[in-house]
Amino acid sequence: MAKSVKKIIPNVLVALMCLLYLFPIYLILTNSFKSRAEMYKNMVALPEKFSLKYYLSAVSKMNFTTSLINSIVITIVSITIIVVLSAMTAWMFVRSANKLSIALFSILVATMLIPFQTIMMPLMQEMNWIGKATGLQMTDSIGGLIFMYIGFGAGMGVFLYHGFISSIPVSLEEAAIIDGCSVWTLFWKIVFPILKPTTMTLIILDVIWIWNDYLLPSLTLKSTANRTIPISTAKFFGQYTISWNEAMAALVITIIPVAIFYLAAQKYIVKGVAAGAVKG
Amino acid sequence: MKIKKRWYALFTAPLMITFFVVVIIPFFIGIGYSFVEWDGFAKHAATFVGMSNYKAVFGDKQFINAAVRTTIFTVISVITVNVLGLFFALLVTTGLKVRNFARTMLFLPYLIGGLILGYIWKSVFSEFFLSVGFGNWLTDPTKSIIAMIVVTTWQLAGYVMIVYITGIMAIPDDVMEAAAIDGANYFQTLFSIKFPLLMPSFTICLFLALSNCFKIYDVNVSLTGEGANFQSEMFSLNIYNEIFSLSNFGYGQAKAIIFFLIIAIVTFVQVSITKKREVAM
Repeated sequence: MAKSVKKIIPNVLVALMCLLYLFPIYLILTNSFKSRAEMYKNMVALPEKFSLKYYLSAVSKMNFTTSLINSIVITIVSITIIVVLSAMTAWMFVRSANKLSIALFSILVATMLIPFQTIMMPLMQEMNWIGKATGLQMTDSIGGLIFMYIGFGAGMGVFLYHGFISSIPVSLEEAAIIDGCSVWTLFWKIVFPILKPTTMTLIILDVIWIWNDYLLPSLTLKSTANRTIPISTAKFFGQYTISWNEAMAALVITIIPVAIFYLAAQKYIVKGVAAGAVKG
Repeated sequence: MKIKKRWYALFTAPLMITFFVVVIIPFFIGIGYSFVEWDGFAKHAATFVGMSNYKAVFGDKQFINAAVRTTIFTVISVITVNVLGLFFALLVTTGLKVRNFARTMLFLPYLIGGLILGYIWKSVFSEFFLSVGFGNWLTDPTKSIIAMIVVTTWQLAGYVMIVYITGIMAIPDDVMEAAAIDGANYFQTLFSIKFPLLMPSFTICLFLALSNCFKIYDVNVSLTGEGANFQSEMFSLNIYNEIFSLSNFGYGQAKAIIFFLIIAIVTFVQVSITKKREVAM
C-alpha cells in the first residue's frame, strides 16, 4: 500500500505541473465560452453555460475560412516543392561531388545563418522589379509567397538530405544504371523512397515554420483575400478595440488546426524536431 | 557514378536559381542599400552616403536601447529556457508513468506560433493580472520585458527538452550502472556523468535558444508592441520600424546588416566555445 502511494504521488504531481503549465490555454478556452459579465466575475472558473456566440462572430470577423484555406494551400504547395527539389538537388550534389557541387552546398549551408530581417527589404524591392519586368504577380500573391518559401527552405532541405544520402551506399544505384535505368527513374523509383525518414523530418520542420510564419507574409500579402491565419489574427487584434471574449475565441480557433496536426502526427513531430535540431 | 551534365542541370538548377533570387541576390542588394539614403519611393533617387548610415547607428539612442534590451533579454531567456528544458527532460526520463503525457503537454507551446502565443499571454498579463490585482504588466517597462522572457521560455523550453531527451537517451546504460555500483548518488551522477556527456546537447540547445531569442519579433509584436516611448522595442522590430514605418530604407538596412554581423559573430563564438568542452564518449 505505502509503496504504491509512493509511486502515485510523483506521477500526480508531474501531471498537475503539466496542466498548470498550460494554464494560459485553459484561460482562453474557458473564457471564450462565457459572457462578458461572467468573465469579469471570475476568470478562472469554468463557464456556467457554453455559448458559441463569440466563436461565430470571431470566425466571420477574421475571415477564418479564407485564411485557413490560404494557409493550407501555401503550406502544402511550398513544402511539396521544397521536398522534391531539395531531394533532387542534394542527391546530385552527393553523387557528382565536383567543385561546383561542393561550392553550392557550402553557400546553401552558410547562408542559413542570415536572419530574414537582413534581406526582407531588398527582397521586397527585387520582387517588385521582377513583377514589373515579367508581368508576373510576385508581391501580394500566394504564388509569389510560395516562390519565396522555396528559396528560404532550400538551405535546410538540401542540408538534411545531403547528410542522409552521404550515408547510403552507391552500389544499388550503380547496379540500376547498369540495368539500363534512366537517371530520372532511378531517382524516383529507387532513391526517393529510401529518403523517407528525412522527408518526414523536413515536412514536420517546414510545417511548423511556414504555418506559423508571420513577418514574410505580412510584408507581401496585402489584400484580404490572400491573408493567412497569422495575418488575419494580427489584423483582428489591430483593427478592433479588443473584446477579450471574442479575441479568446479567435485564438482558440487558430490553435485547433495545430492541435489536430499534433494529435495526428505526434510521433513524427517529436522525432522530426529532434532530428532537425541535432542536424541543424 | 557518372551522370550527364544535362541531368545535373535539370536536377539542381530550379532550386538553385530560386535560392539565388530569393536569398543571395537580396543579400548583396541589401549591402548596397546600406550605403545610400533613400525613402523607398521609386521616383525619388537614392543618394550615396558612404559609411554615414553605419556611423549614425552609434548615435541613435533608441536603437542602442533596443540592442541593449535585446541582449539582456537574450542572456536571461537563454538561461531560463535551458534550465527549464533540461529540468523537464530529466523529469520525463525518470520512468514515471505519466512521462509521455508530460512530454506531449510540455512540447505543445512550441507548435503554436510566436504571434498567437503573444496574444494568448497578452490576455494573461493584462486581463487576468488585472482581475487578480497584479496590475497590467504590459504597460510597465521592466515587467513587459519579464513578460517577454516568460512567453519565450514557455515557447522554447519544450523544444530544447526534446533535444535534451535525445541526449539523455543516448547515454549508455552501462555507464549509469557502473556509477550506481560505485555508490554515486543522484546528484553525483548528474553532475559528473550526465552533464559532461550531454555537452553536445548543450551546444545545440544554447545555439537554438540564442538565435531564436536574439531574433525575437513575433512575440514582441503581439505581446507588447513598441510600447510607450519604445520601452519594449526589440532589435528586429526596431529594424522593421526604421524601414517600413519611418521609410529610412538605407539607414534601416545598415541596421539590418549590423544585426546579421552580430548574429554571425555570436553564434560562431558560442559554437566554438561549447564544442571545445564536448567530451568523447
